[in-house]
Amino acid sequence: MARSDVQLMLDVKAGDDSSFELLLRRYRTPLVHFLCRMVRDPATAEDLAQEVFLRVYRARMQYVPSAKFTTWMFRIATNLALNAKRDGRYRQLEVSIDQTAAPSESDLPALEVADHQPGIESELIARDRAAMIRRAVETLPEKQRAAVLLHKYQEMGYDEIARVLECSESALKSLLFRAYETLRIELAPLIEPERARKPEPKSGEVRTP
Amino acid sequence: MNCQRIEKNLIAYLDGKANPSQRREVEAHLAECAACRERAEQFRVLWGVLDELPVISPSPSFDAAVHAHLREPRRAGLWTWLVPSPRVAFAVTALVVFSVWLSSFPPAHSPTVVAAPSSEADFKMIEDLPVLENYDVLANFDALSELPAQPVVRAQPQPQL
Repeated sequence: MARSDVQLMLDVKAGDDSSFELLLRRYRTPLVHFLCRMVRDPATAEDLAQEVFLRVYRARMQYVPSAKFTTWMFRIATNLALNAKRDGRYRQLEVSIDQTAAPSESDLPALEVADHQPGIESELIARDRAAMIRRAVETLPEKQRAAVLLHKYQEMGYDEIARVLECSESALKSLLFRAYETLRIELAPLIEPERARKPEPKSGEVRTP
Repeated sequence: MNCQRIEKNLIAYLDGKANPSQRREVEAHLAECAACRERAEQFRVLWGVLDELPVISPSPSFDAAVHAHLREPRRAGLWTWLVPSPRVAFAVTALVVFSVWLSSFPPAHSPTVVAAPSSEADFKMIEDLPVLENYDVLANFDALSELPAQPVVRAQPQPQL
């Protein structure tokens, strides 16, 4: 049975560095993904994610399992991302976000244009859709963006996200509503065709994000 | 419940995380408000669309970079940076103390006090210069005509014996 994050962190505190390795493997991708969407640059996101792990390791002796490990870790990550942007160290990223993202889609695999395979058209469409979604998410205000990333992609609970963002649950729900409302409008060209293809859900049917 | 009140609970409802009373309220509102029903349905589809955002994975060198950072000596804090070594700190402190001690003595000479009357007289002369250089003013200066031609020799009082 896999050990919980808290147990791993307590083991790290007790001097077991192999437990830190497990935490690193468990959270390196979620952290880099989150930070990349926050600071809009993969290299910067990696730097900051390394800094997060470094801070977690160095704070191991003061670690008290009063909250979930992920709350603590993403709080460090969010603060680092917001500070990095406020410091202006990554200001050049602000300029590039308004430009057409399609040519610089570094997070997508390179397209084999010379192959002329039948799937090339659908691949191009997928790239365009991904670029549009990325732009919509990355142009959200910072706090709304962090809330959506933690809610949609990390699947955190409201209480946990509220702790990460240092706000009340009620404020978080409003924040999420506003963020999804903006995304609903921005991504309307992608939503409508999807709705036409899918059957109407039954009344009361719920779906996890 | 109106459209604004539903805003806070709509996401939780769609998540399946609303409590029973919130759920009943949202469902009652959705049953009678076509606009919110439409919005709720668009949110459901939106969440599916957002799944298409590619996950960004760390580079293959990520773990090695983390380990390299862990091996680095801890970075110095702000105060440590400001005080590079105890010797420099001692020298700066000694200099400050010496300067304060030196400034506590009164100065031996005060050149400004000596120069003050001279400067004042010069300033007065410069201020009256247009009048002194104007011959008409001096020629018709009534106060000058009232002066005696010869100096008056006043009788010296005799000391009483």
